[in-house]
Amino acid sequence: MHILKSREMILTGAIVVLMGLVATRFPGFIAPHNLVAVFNDTSPLILLAIGQMIVILTKCIDLSVAANLALTGMVCAMINVAAPGVPVPIIIAIAVGLGAILGAFNGILVWKLDIPPIVVTLGTMTIFRGVIFLISDGKWVNSHEMSPAFKAFPRADFLSLPMLSWIAILMTVIFFVLMTRTTLGRSFYAVGGNPHAAVYTGIDVGKSQFWAFTLSGALAGLVGYLWVSRYAVAYVDIALGFELDVVAACVIGGIAISGGIGSIGGAVLGALFLGVIKNALPVVNISPFWQMAISGSAIIIAIAVNTRAGRTKGRIILKNAEAAQ
Amino acid sequence: MTHADRIIPDRLQSPLQKRLKSWETLLMAVAIGIFVANSFASPYFLNAWNLSDATFNFTEKAMIAFAMALLIIAGEIDLSVASIIALASTAMGAVAQFDVPTFVLVLTGLSVGVLCGAFNAILVTIMGLPSIVVTIGTMSLFRGISYIVLGDQAFRGYPKDFAFFGQGYVFWVISFEFVLFAVLAVIYGILLHKTNFGRAVCAIGNNPTGALFSGIRVNRVKFILFLLTGLMSGVAAVCLTSRLGSTRPSIGLGMELEVVTMVVLGGVNILGGSGSIPGVVIAAFVMGMVTFGLGLLNVPGIVMSIFIGALLIGVIALPRLWTMWKE
Repeated sequence: MHILKSREMILTGAIVVLMGLVATRFPGFIAPHNLVAVFNDTSPLILLAIGQMIVILTKCIDLSVAANLALTGMVCAMINVAAPGVPVPIIIAIAVGLGAILGAFNGILVWKLDIPPIVVTLGTMTIFRGVIFLISDGKWVNSHEMSPAFKAFPRADFLSLPMLSWIAILMTVIFFVLMTRTTLGRSFYAVGGNPHAAVYTGIDVGKSQFWAFTLSGALAGLVGYLWVSRYAVAYVDIALGFELDVVAACVIGGIAISGGIGSIGGAVLGALFLGVIKNALPVVNISPFWQMAISGSAIIIAIAVNTRAGRTKGRIILKNAEAAQ
Repeated sequence: MTHADRIIPDRLQSPLQKRLKSWETLLMAVAIGIFVANSFASPYFLNAWNLSDATFNFTEKAMIAFAMALLIIAGEIDLSVASIIALASTAMGAVAQFDVPTFVLVLTGLSVGVLCGAFNAILVTIMGLPSIVVTIGTMSLFRGISYIVLGDQAFRGYPKDFAFFGQGYVFWVISFEFVLFAVLAVIYGILLHKTNFGRAVCAIGNNPTGALFSGIRVNRVKFILFLLTGLMSGVAAVCLTSRLGSTRPSIGLGMELEVVTMVVLGGVNILGGSGSIPGVVIAAFVMGMVTFGLGLLNVPGIVMSIFIGALLIGVIALPRLWTMWKE
């Protein structure tokens, strides 16, 4: 717990230093309205990182989140085009429900058939993208086809913060309570920390993994609607490769890829760290083409630091065996 | 992850019985079935040049799949192969701007491949990081460097004789790529099934600690496997770049999925420990013929990717469903 706390402090410090560095040359970057814009821009990443964190906690990984987001977003956009009268809350319910079903599909394959999660989600990632093409016929749903209410929701201001940011904050709080105060939340940690011990305490490992995938899918579905309505466009390739940023956010946030270690705060800060970098690049005049390489390096550096820090010192019986681990 | 109980049968199967029941035989039957179905579905399928064209659908991916098969058998994975292709191709494109001879281009592609493999290898074996995350990171990093170099531009202007690697024919309809594929298949088949190194790879996949205690240099073997995967991605980059004649940063995007699918379809256990090169070879033919057949029927590429994704999951799911149903 002590290490986790310090990790979050380090990350907060890093974000502040980063913003300070940018602000020395461009003071406008830390103006309140710009900080709100940066947070709002990072909100989808925060939401997805929370879902991904739960999946990683249970020793799994979900590479299909971006494709899930794109498919749900396309379905929402098409519903809106076909029936502009459908109110936004119902659209959101459909988005969350559809996302959860897609996530549950991953979960079932991991739980009931015991297929490695990386294989399952690599497969469903392409299947979901392909399905978008099938249902949309490869066509775009453009801004002028969407109803004003559909597009207005994520931008609607409430207490000078856009709705999109409020949803990210609300979900952070809900999932913080879920992860720290409920049996389900604690079972995710138990399953990842020691699956065998979890079984003996009466926790069904596969079932917990199933719920992790379902929750991750539900969040991806929610982001699907928000993404499509915010950018007012839906097509096959939206958020292509975004799953890598989501994994990067989690790894930077100190979520151990071997499961069992991590916190909501870490995931949110990891996402914010990437969000600040992403928004600072154009300000300091670096081409956005750098972003992919920066995310990649961030993953590698973070995983190297995490693994070093998290390695528990055991009694060394055989020097060589220790080296091989 | 639960370990399957190791059951020792009280009567061994006869070699013929074993061979008939093997995954390779099943796969071969599927391959023949698809071949026949294709020739009925499209009148253009049964044509020597068409079939020769069809081989380009899988030769480059299969070259990587051979090395990837060994890597997966050893219990690791490399998801950065498609990005290594992008980086190697970008390097070749950059060098080609200086009018260098063709062999320098090829050498550049191969060495960038090996260097990328070495980078993965150092992170996984020396620093002891999990290969899935490392290669997800390098997947972003390698292709990211291509984007930094190229942005929205493309490299063209490769020398004329460079086109041979991807477009040349050795004899009648037999392309250079196909010959290279066949030679590599034999080399990797011997490496995995007939050498100490191959046995070490299987042993590591089954039990890394046990392998270490039996005197196998686990980390060195894994290091070599990552180097080989990088090298093969470099070889594939040379072929693909030569075939396309230009380099964009998005070259080979998503190819890692098809390579992993090919390996798994070839009967390699995704958890490591077992697999065969003949299986991967047949799987390459199956995937190549399926995508080519669907292409002849005017099925768009992205719809084929549904098929490939379903194939990847189905191939692992079906045997497990089968055992569950039998119980």
